[in-house]
Amino acid sequence: MALLQIAEPGLSPEPHQHRFAVGIDLGTTNSLVATVRSGIAIVLNDAEGHALLPSVVRYLPEGTTAVGYAAMEELTCDPRNTIVSVKRFMGRGLKDVAYAENCPYDFLDTPGMVQLRTRAGVKSPVEISAEILRTLRDRAQASLGGELVGAVITVPAYFDDAQRQATKDAARLAGLNVLRLLNEPTAAAIAYGLDNASEGVYAVFDLGGGTFDISILRLSKGVFEVLSTNGDATLGGDDFDQRVFCWIMEQARPAPLSDQDTRLLLTEAREAKEHLSSHSEARVTARLSTGELIDQTLSLKTYAEVTRTLVQKTIAPVKKALRDAGLSVEDVNGVVMVGGATRMPQIQQAVAEFFKQAPLNNLDPDKVVALGAASQADVLAGNRAAGDDWLLLDVIPLSLGLETMGGLVERIIPRNSTLPIAKAQEFTTFKDGQTAMVIHAVQGERELVADCRSLARFELRGIPPMVAGAARIRVTYQVDADGLLSVSAREATTGVEASVAVKPSYGLSDAQIAKMLQDSVAHSGDDAQARALNEQRVEAQRMLEAVAAALAADADLLAPEELAEIRASLDSLVGVAAGDDRRAITTALERVNKITEPFAARRMDRSIHQAFAGKKLEDMKI
Amino acid sequence: MINFQHNHFELFGLPQRFQLDLALMEAAYRGIQSEVHPDRHVNASDAERRASMQSATQVNEAYRTLKDPLARARYLLALQRVDVESESNTAMPAEFLQQQMHWRESVEEAADQPDALAALAQRLAAEMNDLYSELARRFDSDGDYAQAGALVRKLMFLERLREELGDALERAET
Repeated sequence: MALLQIAEPGLSPEPHQHRFAVGIDLGTTNSLVATVRSGIAIVLNDAEGHALLPSVVRYLPEGTTAVGYAAMEELTCDPRNTIVSVKRFMGRGLKDVAYAENCPYDFLDTPGMVQLRTRAGVKSPVEISAEILRTLRDRAQASLGGELVGAVITVPAYFDDAQRQATKDAARLAGLNVLRLLNEPTAAAIAYGLDNASEGVYAVFDLGGGTFDISILRLSKGVFEVLSTNGDATLGGDDFDQRVFCWIMEQARPAPLSDQDTRLLLTEAREAKEHLSSHSEARVTARLSTGELIDQTLSLKTYAEVTRTLVQKTIAPVKKALRDAGLSVEDVNGVVMVGGATRMPQIQQAVAEFFKQAPLNNLDPDKVVALGAASQADVLAGNRAAGDDWLLLDVIPLSLGLETMGGLVERIIPRNSTLPIAKAQEFTTFKDGQTAMVIHAVQGERELVADCRSLARFELRGIPPMVAGAARIRVTYQVDADGLLSVSAREATTGVEASVAVKPSYGLSDAQIAKMLQDSVAHSGDDAQARALNEQRVEAQRMLEAVAAALAADADLLAPEELAEIRASLDSLVGVAAGDDRRAITTALERVNKITEPFAARRMDRSIHQAFAGKKLEDMKI
Repeated sequence: MINFQHNHFELFGLPQRFQLDLALMEAAYRGIQSEVHPDRHVNASDAERRASMQSATQVNEAYRTLKDPLARARYLLALQRVDVESESNTAMPAEFLQQQMHWRESVEEAADQPDALAALAQRLAAEMNDLYSELARRFDSDGDYAQAGALVRKLMFLERLREELGDALERAET
């Protein structure tokens, strides 16, 4: 293993060292990886020159795994072990999965998130997605010729906490350092805004394979500000396939289908849909395993009729998003189209009619999200000079609340709040002498807990017995820049505390992730120990660089003895970072973290003052 | 980290009053957020990333509060220790409550007529604009916080009504 280079504490690392960072569009149908090279965002192709990686994973009889085109080859012969559109299952229970009955999989209805029984064993959607991410990571590293410092992974804006957490877990499982989860329409807006130097209010209409998002953004010099977002996490191009599939079944009325034939006809349906984007009719022909011949012709007119309600379903979220942004159709300067499904002529037409303007199609709707994510990764990795970068202000798509008496939801953080955000609210006990309280965090817009998504349940114990209504329990919700929630609760009079990062509700604990990681590296022949050690070394390196840079800039904020203490903690980290003792590195890292805490706070305070210093506020108006 | 002794106005370097130069506030917000936002500290130490998240959270909270006129008014009152929510204060003038009932009846009657609802929304907006102008006078010219408090309580009712009207309009259109 190559030795890591560690700069002497106090010396800043090389200033213009380019860090390899990528943007990954983990799509329902296709996935892509992109990066910024010489200032320009480009999609990275595989060895055969394909930009798109079909989001298909197949577990083969010989114990290996195929991803992408290789997995697609046997799609109709081996449907149970060939998983398509796995994104639809991320962070979802079986009852949440649309058309589960039409999917040729062996589902396992596990709490929180569904699992799939395959010949390689029971697989969680997180593990299956990780296969796709790993393939893209390998593609990027081969293409860039080095280790990645991190990735920006895109998610539908309307993904809830469980879906976001599942995506982050999948990235972790694939050995990727997640710089940020980025909403797909926001990523598209970045790509579009940078490409066109746009200013003003833009709507991003994103109809992907399995999800629909609408975001309203204000683009101005150096700032991308999301004003509102809405959508439907269960509406996408796949639903149009389903409608065509149902139409074929109604027309042809074949005998009950086998798994293979279901898959075959779904593929035919999809091909017909794609054909109709540029033709006035599509012919569907297929020979079923029963020998039966399907031969139907679908006209564009009939297609538009059978999918009319799906097209209409996109308009209500658009209206809601505009209302939440406090804007009307007339305020929108442009509509950016994203996602392969927006190629459908009836979608283009509906959007043009609603916004009273022709939508913008000048960027490839399949690539625009990955390109935007790559640009954001470039900024986050620190590859862009100050002034040449931008600020992204995104929002939380769905309200967060908690369960109160009678199964009602008390809203704590309203949807479309700018991230990061924290809110605290006080609650009290219901019964005399009550010593524990269950905090049940939920997400959604409905008033009943039963209609919202359950995120996590935890208990605050040790409340001193008091009369009902006397205890003061302060519950704090904090949502970070990735849109992920953590909850803490504290009894005010005694200081009893409980907190939870909202994670395990769908059944994947840290321990399970660790086990999956071990399994996956055991599989690929890596050494799990070596990998964990390497990760800690990289973390140590990152920390040394970060603190060195901070000291170079602001050491004057420290008293001499504080500076000496920080230097000493850095020296001991340098001392262990090159060794093989992972625990020692972790301990040294924790020490540096703790000791630099007041320094970090002072630096943040200074940076706020610097935001005003030297320039009159009047000049900062945009 | 942010100096939590600062109130929201001080944070943005703005005078503590109801009428604000919103463009100036926005510029200040973006200026500070450009420094403290977590995206600016991705490669920093854990301590610094935590400080960044807390600061950005605080700045967002300040911006959200000052951007919205009703939230700003309530915040100004809170700084003056005028409580608009305590139970002894819920008693509203009978005349105002009667108006409220009228409004609600009108909204119910117009339930499935988008045009009628839109007309109501316009009338409500005009009425609220007048109240907000009066509120600005009470705060910034008279410094009469008791009167301002009474207006804020009315506006709280009306904002809720505006929300319900918006919901009704949304339902009528679908």
